[in-house]
Amino acid sequence: MADLRNNFVGIKSPNPFWLASAPPTDKAYNVERAFKAGWGGVVWKTLGEEGPPVVNVNGPRYGAIWGADRRLLGLNNIELITDRDLYVNLREMKQVKMNWPDRALIASIMVPCEEQAWKSILPLVEETGADGIELNFGCPHGMSERGMGAAVGQVPEYIEMVVRWCKQYTRMPVITKLTPNITDVRKPARAAKAGGTDAVSLINTINSIVSVDLDNFAPNPTVGGKGTHGGYCGPAVKPIALNMVAEIARDPETYGLPISGIGGITTWRDAAEFLVLGAGNVQVCTAAMTYGFKIVEEMISGLSDWMDAKGHRNLDDITGRAVQNVTDWQYLNLNYIAKAKIDQDSCIKCGRCHIACEDTSHQAITQFVNGVRHFEVMEDECVGCNLCVNVCPVENCITMEELPAGTMDQRTGKPVDPNYANWTTHPNNPMARQAAE
Amino acid sequence: MGTTQSGILGGRLPLADYETNFSDLHPALDRHEALVASDRCYFCHDAPCMTACPTSIDIPLFIRQISTGNPIGSAKTIFDQNILGGMCARVCPTETLCEQACVRNTAEERPVEIGRLQRYATDIAMKENKQFYTRAASSGQRVAVVGAGPAGLACAHRLAVKGHEVVIYDAREKSGGLNEYGIAAYKSVDDFAQSEVDYVLSIGGIEVRHGQALGRDFSLADLSEQYDAVFLGLGLAGVNALRIEGENAEGVDDAVDFIAALRQSKTKADIAVGRRVVVLGGGMTAIDAAVQAKLLGAEEVTICYRRGKEHMNASEFEQDLAASKGVTIRHWLQPKRIALKDDKVAGIELEYTTLVDGKLTSTGETGIIAADQIFKAIGQTFEASGLGSLEFEGGRIVVDDEGKTSLANVWAGGDCVVGGEDLTVSAVANGRDAAEAINRAFAAAMPQASAVA
Repeated sequence: MADLRNNFVGIKSPNPFWLASAPPTDKAYNVERAFKAGWGGVVWKTLGEEGPPVVNVNGPRYGAIWGADRRLLGLNNIELITDRDLYVNLREMKQVKMNWPDRALIASIMVPCEEQAWKSILPLVEETGADGIELNFGCPHGMSERGMGAAVGQVPEYIEMVVRWCKQYTRMPVITKLTPNITDVRKPARAAKAGGTDAVSLINTINSIVSVDLDNFAPNPTVGGKGTHGGYCGPAVKPIALNMVAEIARDPETYGLPISGIGGITTWRDAAEFLVLGAGNVQVCTAAMTYGFKIVEEMISGLSDWMDAKGHRNLDDITGRAVQNVTDWQYLNLNYIAKAKIDQDSCIKCGRCHIACEDTSHQAITQFVNGVRHFEVMEDECVGCNLCVNVCPVENCITMEELPAGTMDQRTGKPVDPNYANWTTHPNNPMARQAAE
Repeated sequence: MGTTQSGILGGRLPLADYETNFSDLHPALDRHEALVASDRCYFCHDAPCMTACPTSIDIPLFIRQISTGNPIGSAKTIFDQNILGGMCARVCPTETLCEQACVRNTAEERPVEIGRLQRYATDIAMKENKQFYTRAASSGQRVAVVGAGPAGLACAHRLAVKGHEVVIYDAREKSGGLNEYGIAAYKSVDDFAQSEVDYVLSIGGIEVRHGQALGRDFSLADLSEQYDAVFLGLGLAGVNALRIEGENAEGVDDAVDFIAALRQSKTKADIAVGRRVVVLGGGMTAIDAAVQAKLLGAEEVTICYRRGKEHMNASEFEQDLAASKGVTIRHWLQPKRIALKDDKVAGIELEYTTLVDGKLTSTGETGIIAADQIFKAIGQTFEASGLGSLEFEGGRIVVDDEGKTSLANVWAGGDCVVGGEDLTVSAVANGRDAAEAINRAFAAAMPQASAVA
């Protein structure tokens, strides 16, 4: 059995699956249920400053997009931080941590961008016995209008400043949660590191209008005839999150900075992908909101079984393993040549590969052969683009097969060059660097 | 209370059982079910289902329209090709047509439920009485259509769309042909056939004259004289004879009459059926008669077919349906003699058959099945008079690819033509295509418009 125990910046949990700071972690009742279900840790729903708590809308808070069979692909949220009294939350956190000493309990915090505000709340949180804090610089809706959340996360100087305060006023590990609503995620990550953060977590939700009510001409969710942009999350955002995690993981300036990966994690496989791209653990929300806390069982067993099958003993064996293989386009090997191949035994003859290639790509797949409906790749036209693989409804029916070095590429009429060669030295590149003589 | 008394009786079941037994075979999909079912369509390119449909309905498109919440647009896609798409959704043997061709069969041996989805879309449009077609300006051309069945209705509708004036002649009381008088009752509930006729005719420009039989009340020559074109969409009125002893005894009935009577009965309790019933034949009619006899409370129903299972015209689905209702299907048995008692049917003697050098041959061995009612479902014949010198082949009307007969300005389609497939959907395709051909013929005969400077 693979060892799934997680040690993230000194915070220990029995597995790397934490629930992200969000509606599922708003109170002891839910968190207790989550721990019973097997979650390794919880980032408590974001606490605000002392005093009258924020209020939420009383109409719909979520909108969604769906795939086939109404599978939820993306969720949009306009709920704010906790709307419960600070002390009620702190009391419950303390009790839950006492009940579940082996689980990670992190406090997410969002208070105004003033030193005193942070200085005041940190001792209160520390008193609960929480294992660490997460700075919510991410929420893109509502709180950002008040100068908090993403409004802070979008200004690297503010991030550095607040992180510095937190490191100064608490002994707890500091995780800085980043917003994806910026152009270059490395900038806020570097700022957090400069401020002394112990880790970053990402991504928070993405600015979005999830759909529009076409009867009332208003964005969804519609509250009294109006809508506002919300925070987008769920499976649809995973690719964006993976890229941002990888960008930070491979940035020389932040290399080695612990990352808690967040964004659309729904299965063990999603989680493993975040881990190998550099995340030390993962946080989940939408999948739990869609299916309930039980899904963690699938995540734990799936990750463990995969690690066993591949001989990975513990999380350190896999964390960051794919980072070295993330590179810039210009370094991709232009002498690598692959061709699509259709397995006729598993082909169901839907014709989608043909029409996708015919209408939108390279006219490299037949529709008829000798008058019979038959889909076959014409190697002399195939550029190996992979579109047919992606549109085929049958997994592994179409595969990309590498042409071994020396074999003839029928499209170019040239043999496959065994040597690595990229754009930087390509003759068509006006900026090509001359290879040293 | 019902009864298991011998003889041919109505009211074999408690009244409530009739309603249950004759309810919709495939209940309508609700919106959720339709969305789930439509999600399974792959939107194939040059889709095999579409190729398999005799009317070439753009199936991937209409299913995608359902899945995107546009059932009305979906219905239009269907009606564009098949104005009787509602009935076809109910009665088409989809298991041998579109659904057999569905690539999901290859993937997981379960096709997209094309028939039920088609019904979902067409039901919505018809319930809202959404009319998609308006008549073109009157052409002044008049066309006679003989037979208000699927072929005739499809032809008349397409002609009306083109602006021609249509008069339909039909021998029966109601329009619809086999949609009204054939087809098992559980496939067309709630008087759907008549609703559909009303929907089709509401295009306008179509007059239906009932009780008008070709050969009795008028002849083809009369029509050719009065109209600019004629379309013959006649059904098969004759029934093949058994040619055995006892055939005319009380208790030997035509399956088609039984099926028609069931369709015209409101409660079904008034339809008499034997305690033990034998149905002779291997097609859809045999199945429809046998299953409905069972549903009426017959204790024992046996289909006897003179060839093997693989030779039956009834689809696998229909055979399974019969089996699920408790009908026994026996093969390689042909009728030899009806056994009588007091001049009424008491049983049937059958002889075993086999194939010798590809020819059906009796083995000489016989057996008797006790029965108080025997249904003949061994095929129908085209029986018509008043067709003059029209060319026939094998008892059916000869037509070309466009449905044109040997006579000028006379077209034909449906069961009455050579190659007729005994399928509603094929009849619709024939009628529609003949209408297009008639329209082209009219256009070709028009004087060329002269250019105005």
